[in-house]
Amino acid sequence: MKALLNVRNAVAALLVAGLLLLPLYSSLSGNVFVLTLFTRIVIMALAASSLNLIMGYGGMMSFGHAAYLGIGGYAVGILAQEGIGSGFIQWPVALAASALYALVIGALSLRTRGVYFIMITLAFAQMAYYVASGLSRYGGDDGLTIYKRSEFAGLINLSNRVQFYYLCLACLLSGVFLIWRIVNSRFGMVVQGLRSNELRMQAIGFPAKRYQLACFVIAGTICGLAGALLADNTDFISPAVMYWTRSGDLMVMVILGGMGTLFGPAIGAVVYLLLEELLSQITEYSGLILGPLLLLIVLFGRGGIMGLLGRFEGG
Amino acid sequence: MAEPLLRVDNLVRRFGGIVATDHVCLDVAHGELHAIIGPNGAGKTTLISQLTGHLAPHSGTIHLAGRDISHLAAWRRSALGLARSFQITSLLSDFTAADNVALAAQAHDGHSFRFWGNARKEAGLRKTARAALERVGLEGRADVPVSRLSHGEQRELELAVALATKPQLLLLDEPMAGLGVTESARMVKLLGELRKEVTIVLVEHDMDAVFALADRISVLVYGRVIASGLPSEIRQNEEVKRAYLGDQHVVVKHG
Repeated sequence: MKALLNVRNAVAALLVAGLLLLPLYSSLSGNVFVLTLFTRIVIMALAASSLNLIMGYGGMMSFGHAAYLGIGGYAVGILAQEGIGSGFIQWPVALAASALYALVIGALSLRTRGVYFIMITLAFAQMAYYVASGLSRYGGDDGLTIYKRSEFAGLINLSNRVQFYYLCLACLLSGVFLIWRIVNSRFGMVVQGLRSNELRMQAIGFPAKRYQLACFVIAGTICGLAGALLADNTDFISPAVMYWTRSGDLMVMVILGGMGTLFGPAIGAVVYLLLEELLSQITEYSGLILGPLLLLIVLFGRGGIMGLLGRFEGG
Repeated sequence: MAEPLLRVDNLVRRFGGIVATDHVCLDVAHGELHAIIGPNGAGKTTLISQLTGHLAPHSGTIHLAGRDISHLAAWRRSALGLARSFQITSLLSDFTAADNVALAAQAHDGHSFRFWGNARKEAGLRKTARAALERVGLEGRADVPVSRLSHGEQRELELAVALATKPQLLLLDEPMAGLGVTESARMVKLLGELRKEVTIVLVEHDMDAVFALADRISVLVYGRVIASGLPSEIRQNEEVKRAYLGDQHVVVKHG
């Protein structure tokens, strides 16, 4: 068995410690912006981690994962617009809607493999995007302003920056913990086996599709939670969060951090979004630097950041 | 004779204009080791794939222990006690040897919608895995990732995985493919022991192994069974000699 103390675990622990202490730094330095930025980063890290469950562990290359951000977000936004402000209703609806979408999309998409699977998940997400654009009652293309964040009966105040940040962080850490348990469970073994060799798994007696579909639904549901958080964070939801480039961003975070590693996607989200932020301050054309950088990582750093760190261990 | 364990009736499978399986009939009795031989491209793997359910036949039937399994999904056939090894080793390469076997045991231990407990720490599964690994002589390599096993060890692991599903019928697709002389000898010895426990259908190119092990042999040429019988009968069969043993035997010896 691998030792618990290695470079990768140390980096993950450092990341968690840093995220836990961030509000302290923010209040001491008076830098409010960093807290706002990292709230968004933590939410995207949760979304990326959920994508990693199907993409990294399950081998299902979904190119439509941002759809769940939109579905979770619109569940919160639409309910708020209709006068239902309780998070105890908004959030379960966001999760249930995401799960239902994942169930339908997954059942259809999992009939295909490889490139076709990528294209069909992309197509469904674009459909969701256009449906949202057509919701004229809820802002259509322009999106929907959420005037009041989800209310949790005074237990927690989402309008308080620090409280909201810690709520997001708690969601991220619970999400990662859940994924860790799943990956090592019987279910997780089956899903990873299917990534490796579906034919073989059928031959030893596993009905492949139902396990993949269940995994697809779990990942979608977790991402739906990220969508609800994202809507509360920006007090706004628009079709743009579902656009295919957003799905691409999530994939990049996962690949950058390291597919099929527990904390890789979170690290990928931090690095990607920080780079994006820093580069956009230097130049308007941040993509010109970010693009080639990603290309280099994909070409030479197989396994992403976690893969690079793993090499220091001399394994 | 009693109901055979495996009965194949007039099985047909075409690929475009080519008839890869041409009205194949085959009976395999309980406890028998039945070898299927034939030159390259004779349709041996196509036949095996139809038996395991990875390929649908165009017509004909397959019965396992009297039950019609012609149209059952592969995983259901596995549940009924049909196991296969693959010609090209197809293990789960990022898992350890023990993981591979434990997963096969898990497949036959209820459903796997269990999301919480650590599967690698389940004593029952690990015990079954260890037993199957010991059966093929790999107990010392349990925690080695498949990608670091030698080719011979991978072939043995293939067998352990199939055994862990507690099969009634074992379909072995060229278990000696790519093995060296000593490895082959070990495999023959292993199969010689396994045949006492389980019915085996063996597809193999290595004629020495086939004639040493088989109770009966069927010869497949261009998708048809041209002869079926005891090894001594097959050796004497003129049609087999002409179609297969004559020129191909040389190739096999060199391969």
